[in-house]
Amino acid sequence: MTTTVNTNTLGDAETTPKDDPLEIAGGATAKYVDQRLGSNRFLGRNLGKVFPDHWSFMLGEIALYSFIVVLLTGTFLTLFYKPSMVEVMYDGAYVPLKGVMMSEAYASTLDISFEVRGGLLIRQMHHWAALIFVAAIAVHMFRVFFTGAFRKPREFNWIVGVTLTALALGAGFTGYSLPDDLLSGTGLQIIRGILQSIPLVGTWAAFLVFGGEFPGTDIISRLYAAHILLIPGIILALITVHLMMVWTQKHTQFPGPGRTNDNVVGYPLLPVYMAKAGGFFFVVFGIIALIGGLVTVNPIWIFGPYTPDQVSAGTQPDWYIGWLDGALRLMPNIETVLFGFTISWNVLVPSVIIPGILFTGLALYPFLEAWATGDKREHNLLDRPRNAPVRTGIGVMAIVFYGILWIGGGNDIVATTFNMSINSISWALRVLLIVGPPIAFIITKRICLGLQRKDRDKLLHGYESGRVLRLPHGEFIEVHQPLNYKELAVIQGKEDIAVLPAPEKADADGVKNKLYPIHNLQHKLSSFFLRDNVDKPSKAEIEAGQAHAAHTAELEAPLHDYEDLDQDPVGHGGVLHHPGMAMTNQEQIDQRH
Amino acid sequence: MTDIDHKHAANDDAHEHGSEVATKVGHSPVADIPHKPRVTDTDPKAARRAERQVAGMFTLSMIFVIAFVVAYVAIDKGTYVYIPVLGDVGASNVVLGFTFGAAVFLIGAGAIQWAKKLMPDVEVVQQRHDMTSDKSDEEAAAANYERGKEESGFARYKIIRRSLLGAMALFPIPIIVVLRDLWITPPGENPVEILSTTPWEDGVMIIPDVGDQTGLSPETSRGIRPEDLPVGGLVSALPVDIGVIQEEEHNLNARGKAAIILVRMEPSEIRSQQGEGWDYNGIVAFSKICTHVGCPIALYEQRTHHLLCPCHQSTFDLADSGDVVFGPAARRMPQLPIGVNAEGYLVAKAPFAEPVGPSFWERDRT
Repeated sequence: MTTTVNTNTLGDAETTPKDDPLEIAGGATAKYVDQRLGSNRFLGRNLGKVFPDHWSFMLGEIALYSFIVVLLTGTFLTLFYKPSMVEVMYDGAYVPLKGVMMSEAYASTLDISFEVRGGLLIRQMHHWAALIFVAAIAVHMFRVFFTGAFRKPREFNWIVGVTLTALALGAGFTGYSLPDDLLSGTGLQIIRGILQSIPLVGTWAAFLVFGGEFPGTDIISRLYAAHILLIPGIILALITVHLMMVWTQKHTQFPGPGRTNDNVVGYPLLPVYMAKAGGFFFVVFGIIALIGGLVTVNPIWIFGPYTPDQVSAGTQPDWYIGWLDGALRLMPNIETVLFGFTISWNVLVPSVIIPGILFTGLALYPFLEAWATGDKREHNLLDRPRNAPVRTGIGVMAIVFYGILWIGGGNDIVATTFNMSINSISWALRVLLIVGPPIAFIITKRICLGLQRKDRDKLLHGYESGRVLRLPHGEFIEVHQPLNYKELAVIQGKEDIAVLPAPEKADADGVKNKLYPIHNLQHKLSSFFLRDNVDKPSKAEIEAGQAHAAHTAELEAPLHDYEDLDQDPVGHGGVLHHPGMAMTNQEQIDQRH
Repeated sequence: MTDIDHKHAANDDAHEHGSEVATKVGHSPVADIPHKPRVTDTDPKAARRAERQVAGMFTLSMIFVIAFVVAYVAIDKGTYVYIPVLGDVGASNVVLGFTFGAAVFLIGAGAIQWAKKLMPDVEVVQQRHDMTSDKSDEEAAAANYERGKEESGFARYKIIRRSLLGAMALFPIPIIVVLRDLWITPPGENPVEILSTTPWEDGVMIIPDVGDQTGLSPETSRGIRPEDLPVGGLVSALPVDIGVIQEEEHNLNARGKAAIILVRMEPSEIRSQQGEGWDYNGIVAFSKICTHVGCPIALYEQRTHHLLCPCHQSTFDLADSGDVVFGPAARRMPQLPIGVNAEGYLVAKAPFAEPVGPSFWERDRT
């Protein structure tokens, strides 16, 4: 209570709010609006709304802000871009393509890049912002998954998030195809092949999407409609829902001092959160503009206009499509003909079935975990990933699976860069795709459990200082320090959930339990999820442990006194001496005299 | 909260967390977080320095906006400059991006600096409310629902209810049906037939694919003589009338199916073909469209006669009927039987025996 200088008083001398004409006008406006909309009710309740702080909460913000940048830059691009596949002869500023026949879409993209001042900047900002958008969504999703933020009551918002992820991929791919360059056109050709692989309706689906045979003359204008209206419209609506749910349910928080499941600790919306979040928008915007100005992305003038009989080697799709391309590359070449009908498993599995399973599993995960653990409580405190080893293991498993597919998407680049055989790389990746994820699961789970044990030790014995102390009676001890209040609160935030009890086959009266197999499965899953968890010590044990640690630290305290005195202790290291003994050079000298 | 928490909070000589905001609207302090005052809290000089920093960033932002406008007007869009690391870049793009980016970034950096240095950095606490509604709300909702059900007679009027459900189930059908004409090709054409036919027929001359999309007409296009193609050579090729077809159809569909590659090897190197005598003196013609998902292929390894798809690395052995030797493609590359015409130019001797390109459901029924 010694130092209290309130920063708010620093600038107060200049004006008092009552006289400031701006303040008066502002107040009048607020009143005018309030009389018509009742806005003060909302503002009074919400301007002080508390938002918890953590660096990982910025990931979703990055996604939101890069989406806003995408909208702004995209609107500019629509003013110059022509979504038409009519063939024209190019006669623009880019000399190497002069006189070449190309679609109007490609020609207008060249014009944006070379004729419109700032056009290339906006186009590159649009592309970079889109790449960052998808990346931020992915990492944000990891954060939400690994901290268990999707648990009750936030399951709906998780589903909205998964839908947004899928839509972001769709938005990205449709936009990537619009310039109608050789690279993106090849991507569309692959989409055609994928559509055709769908059993029963595939051929018709492909003809409907492309307006007939590939490539036709309609696909660009159709993708345009999807890219600038349909998909962003749905994304915008879902982002609104996403944020409204966060607002209503209040943001989750990590365990820490003063933080409980029933409160939210952080900064009020006005002014701190607004300044930080608003400022962060401009930071993201600014960084995207800097990258857009300084780093080339998707130089379509190098790829040339699309024609279905040409392709360039070693080219890559945008990063977020890489895993699907990798899946297509790694899938063994299986095709069956059944009753005369062709089923292309080699295309269907990697491009339809695997993404379908992944996204369905992702959407259903909160419900599966809640069912498997029998956990029906509300969770507003986040899990530390180590405290849910199976969930963390599953997450890492999925990331490893994704990562191997993603590397597969660049197997030709790997082959040329490291001068290796593409066949052996593909085979190694095929094996890894099956073997890697389970190994990743086991390792992750072990690491989590190890960290749990470490946490338990810290609670029971404090923090190992590594300092060895010789006590006056000759005993050597290691000094254990009590945890600081923050770490203690964080570690104690762990919740222990009991494994669901094994069901009885029949009750006491001999009535058969018809749901036995289901309950037994639930019991087994719950055991799989929870049985290896290291239990948190009881409150008494923790207090005893911390008190003991505090005691050893106290034994060491006299040594710190020397340090504080800023005098060299006599060469006795960490040995404690009896009262009255000379402790310092000066004391020794004094005693000698 | 444990006793230890208390002890720590009490031991800390910093002032109690939130002690000064306790009286503010909507805030309550978190008791057990000790607050460490920042330099700007204790030293008015530091606070004023932070104030100057924030204002400085906002001012600099304005200057960068002016610089942007000047650059927009002054720098010609065709000017290229060399910048280390970046290489030769468009001057306009770099300067516009840098000035605009800096202007926007500085606003954000200023706001964050303001929040971190000058706004209160004490955390406050708010209570959460249970998501579940109160019992009275639940009852009100149920009562209102019952009232609505009763007043509308939804439960009583069985016929109305059922016919409404029927109508609701059927009304989206037109919305789906109208999508049928997304496929705009002439009515009556069967997609299976379209996918199974190419312009190749007996006697159609083979011309080299020079990469341009148009400008090919039967009059101006020169065919390929067998002696033009050295052993080990590869040529991408098209049917002679491709230009005419494209002009008629106004699209590149025919090109997407008709593209072929010609490869010449020693006749003795050919181990097998898809038909007896489909080569011409060691020249074999295969579709260029991959049977996996349809990428055009032209990565040819002369020594092994392997053809590699750059998209997904399917590999075909052209000396062995175009069979798949590696990768995700399940089917061999369709071969085109070729010969020479009276003038000595290479021609097709028959259409493709099977559909080219990626598989489709009805493929093997054609």
